Amino acid sequence: MARVLGTSIKRREDPALITGRGKYTDDLKAERMAHAAIVRSPYAHARIRDIDTSAAEALPGVLAVLTARDVAAAGIPGVVPVGWLLPDLKTPAHPMIAADTVRHVGDAVAVVVAEDRYLARDAADRVAVDYEPLDAVADVVAALEDGAPAVHEEAPGNVAFDWEIGEREPVDAAFASAAHTVELDLRNNRLIPHAIEPRAVLASFDSSTGEMTIHMTSQNPHVHRLLMTLASLGMPEHKVRIVAPEVGGGFGSKIHHYADEAIVGLCSMKLDRPVKWTATRTETNLTDAHGRDHSTHCALALDADGRITGLRVDTAAAMGAYLSTFAPAVPTYLYGTLLSGQYDIPAIHCHVTGVFTHTAPVDAYRGAGRPEATYVVERLLHLAGEATGLGPVEVRRRNFVSPDAFPYQTQVALAYDSGNYGPAMDRALEMVGYDDLRSQQAARRDNGGKQIGIGFSSYIEACGLAPSAVVGSLGAQAGQWESADVRVHPTASVTVYTGSSSHGQGHETTFSQIVADRLGIDPEAVEVIHGDTDLVQFGMGTYGSRSAAVGGSAIVKSVEKIIEKGKKIAAHLLEASAEDLEYEDGSFRVAGSPDRALALGDVALQAYLAHNYPDDLEPGLSATSFYDPANFTYPFGTHVCVVEVDTETGSIDLLRYAAVDDVGNVINPMIVDGQLHGGLAQGIGQALWENAVYDDSGQLVSGSLMDYAVPKIHNLIPFELDRTTTPCPHNPLGVKGVGEAGAIASPAAVVNAVVDALAPFGISHIDMPLTPEKVWRAVNS
Amino acid sequence: MYPAQFDYRRAGSVDEALSLLQENEDAKLMAGGHSLIPMMKLRLAQPPVVIDIGRLNELKGISEAGGSVRVGSLTTHADIAASDVLAAHCPVLAEAAGHIGDAQVRNRGTIGGNIAHADPGSDIPPVLVLLGASVHLQSPSGTRSVAAGDFFQDLLMTDVGEDEILTHVEAPALGAGTGAAYLKFEHPASGYAVVGAAAAVTVQGGRCTGAGLVVGGVSATPTAVDVSSLVGTDLSDDAIAAAASGLDAEDPIGDIFASGDYRVHVGKVYGKRALAAARDRAS
Ligand SMILES: Cc1cc2nc3c(=O)[nH]c(=O)nc-3n(C[C@H](O)[C@H](O)[C@H](O)COP(=O)(O)OP(=O)(O)OC[C@H]3O[C@@H](n4cnc5c(N)ncnc54)[C@H](O)[C@@H]3O)c2cc1C
Repeated sequence: MARVLGTSIKRREDPALITGRGKYTDDLKAERMAHAAIVRSPYAHARIRDIDTSAAEALPGVLAVLTARDVAAAGIPGVVPVGWLLPDLKTPAHPMIAADTVRHVGDAVAVVVAEDRYLARDAADRVAVDYEPLDAVADVVAALEDGAPAVHEEAPGNVAFDWEIGEREPVDAAFASAAHTVELDLRNNRLIPHAIEPRAVLASFDSSTGEMTIHMTSQNPHVHRLLMTLASLGMPEHKVRIVAPEVGGGFGSKIHHYADEAIVGLCSMKLDRPVKWTATRTETNLTDAHGRDHSTHCALALDADGRITGLRVDTAAAMGAYLSTFAPAVPTYLYGTLLSGQYDIPAIHCHVTGVFTHTAPVDAYRGAGRPEATYVVERLLHLAGEATGLGPVEVRRRNFVSPDAFPYQTQVALAYDSGNYGPAMDRALEMVGYDDLRSQQAARRDNGGKQIGIGFSSYIEACGLAPSAVVGSLGAQAGQWESADVRVHPTASVTVYTGSSSHGQGHETTFSQIVADRLGIDPEAVEVIHGDTDLVQFGMGTYGSRSAAVGGSAIVKSVEKIIEKGKKIAAHLLEASAEDLEYEDGSFRVAGSPDRALALGDVALQAYLAHNYPDDLEPGLSATSFYDPANFTYPFGTHVCVVEVDTETGSIDLLRYAAVDDVGNVINPMIVDGQLHGGLAQGIGQALWENAVYDDSGQLVSGSLMDYAVPKIHNLIPFELDRTTTPCPHNPLGVKGVGEAGAIASPAAVVNAVVDALAPFGISHIDMPLTPEKVWRAVNS
Repeated sequence: MYPAQFDYRRAGSVDEALSLLQENEDAKLMAGGHSLIPMMKLRLAQPPVVIDIGRLNELKGISEAGGSVRVGSLTTHADIAASDVLAAHCPVLAEAAGHIGDAQVRNRGTIGGNIAHADPGSDIPPVLVLLGASVHLQSPSGTRSVAAGDFFQDLLMTDVGEDEILTHVEAPALGAGTGAAYLKFEHPASGYAVVGAAAAVTVQGGRCTGAGLVVGGVSATPTAVDVSSLVGTDLSDDAIAAAASGLDAEDPIGDIFASGDYRVHVGKVYGKRALAAARDRAS
């Protein structure tokens, strides 16, 4: 049997997707299906005086117009809950449909259901809402100022939470005795996720059974079912089935439970008909949870040898108008805990203020907290390289956690299980030809004209949030394990039911590789089922780069149980003792007697026939497992970006991008590379182009793709990728996760490169995105 | 993005299109649909009737005669970019068309639709103004032509009358000794030009005998720069930079990506670079 783990077999998902046969939520049709259009606030903050639905209702073909009054009349909980609680977190209610106040442009105020989607849209335009506009605040810093308009009465000063990690005194002491200090005020720009497929839902309630099936764009159908039934629709959990058909990307935006999906569910219940809604791109931009949006002051203290002695971080993190599903966790436990980076930092203190603003909510978006942390640490390391004269490479090397220090306890709660940071840096330097680049740079500096810059980012990442008991103690209202049910059929083909929920990652391919490898069978003999709460046991879904490390491990656990049981069956058939049996290459063998063997199929068949079978064994050959990891996994790597800056216009060209990542063992190198490419595109996009901009009145000025720049293929360059391999010591596959690494590492690499190019101009920082105008102004100021 | 309700009519000839325009108030002609349909989907345009002229072959094609090139209004950007006739007689127009959008946009979008829509970030308008092209229009009462410099009136506003169809544009072929270039500073989101600089110079015996520079993107309509100071010079870099720095826009347009001031600055830099490229091509 050829090895299947670690090989780039082609994605089995792709033939359907690239020939247009993939079925996404919006492709689905149901008998008597009606269409919803949601009426949204054009104001960032306003009181609703009155809503007149009569003109909309009068249009032939309009079936219903619902407002907050109908939610109340339905006697359902009617809210959108937050799923992560911090101490003293303010949790003002987020009603499914705004009742008396709207708090961001795009807040839902009514819904129209009609026979077709055009009619629904026409009717939505006829819903007359009488608003009393109120002052709004969209900026995270402005929202904290005295007298800023209040987003919620329950949250004085717009503070949602006040959180800290690490100890302040040792940090103060480190700064007091530092030989070098560097500091920075930075903004981490707000991003809009931009999955290619907008959010969509098809809710089908059937009053004759009391059952509801909801097809929707979900990264975690069971979590959606829980939140939808418990907090929004008040239905019994077992009466609701949530199915995620093909999902066209999510990047976090499809983890969260939104008002819109619940509203459509309510419409279906009211009308006893299937109702579909697909967000327009404009609605997507206004209502998908955004990412990032931090304002941070940070500083690093170093001793005379350039060793880091302290790190201080103070961040204001926008929450938006309401607390989205995991929002409070993102700028706290997924951010403050990552601030040690790859470095041995003896004292760290981080303070974060969560801030309500009159904008779309902010929640997890590819990387979720870790890109923000990496950006802080790696920008500071760049400055430290300059301040100490050590340069970017040596200052990092000098501070790396040494390979023999693992497990390494950081000052911010995390304990790194493994790591070896030097080799990734070495390899990256070799790939770009570092010394040669520096001489080219020097020559350019002498000659003037376009300048070259080299930027580094040595990042750490924490995937597969775990274990459940710990995340529970930190405020999560959910477990962080994963489930797998592996069923070997009588003919020895296998179906895997996984609680992970692929939305583009390729789980069907990689999970079949895992099973094929462990069972010594062809990957084609393994089917992978996910994304359906009626088919699959409770699962936590796909996000946080957790699927291989947590979902994959659950699968391994089930396969191991199957092999154990198979050994008992085979021992019975071979009249041997189960302890003497080995499983190899798809056969159970008696150790030392190679001719006494049974193929998996023989054993599987007997497991279902149970004709000649051990007395003490149940028939069947399947196993369900719930795997709760012992720790996070800690991928790391060093990225090097080389840019050319046209100082006359400020425009930036990418020349090289080398990434050396250590994601542990690799299941499918092609898929790992693909994940990196996508993450890099998004991270470089954040550094150079992407920016969600609200004006002072809370209007989203970058609300369309004419103004919000998502990177296009011709904006990017071929990425140069390589890997080191330090397997995760605490999961059976030794895998760590790769979904977010690119987006975590790259913003700092790009910005460091541009700042490096502009060093002769005395420039030490420019906030992202580094638009040509900003660069040009920096050069000319 | 769902447009308001509209009726669709397909014209079989220019005359039929003209009479459909007369019969249907506020109707809109549709060529490639790549500007009209986005406007309709955002409900910024809500024409009751759309008249599809996309299949009128009489309005397609590129030819050269008597020292001028003629491009039918329904000729796609892709055909313009790949045209041998233009490569030989007016390569700068092909160069600009090649910068438009992506392959899909170039395959559908037409030169007539592009200039009738008159987006300030369009690539074609500054080139037509630079060339001194004429725009030809037909109405039930006859035909007329207007100089490109007069055709673009304001943001999304042109000289096309409500009862008129744009039939073709005509531009003088570039003679021997003339080089021209179009340089684009692309908007990272829309792909349109933040600044598009179209330049031409004629060189005879090592001396410049004619020069032109028109910059798109900085104002509502293409901005011509007076570069007559170059005539008689040897087109040194310094002379070119000085000439291009004459770009002046009274009320430059701006957005969250590039302010008006910055656009003017980039217009000067790209004007300079376009003139230098034109000079290098002239020899
Ligand atoms: C994604 C995208 C990217 C783009 N990028 C660029 C770019 O980089 N640079 C650029 O220059 N353009 C760009 N465009 C615009 C593109 O060039 C359009 O094709 C063009 O602006 C309109 O041409 P059309 O044939 O599609 O016209 P339509 O959309 O059909 O019509 C546009 C307008 O012109 C009118 N009209 C059309 N034909 C005639 C006629 N013969 N007589 C009278 N009126 C007429 C219509 O009534 C309508 O008002 C882009 C478009 C898209 C969708």
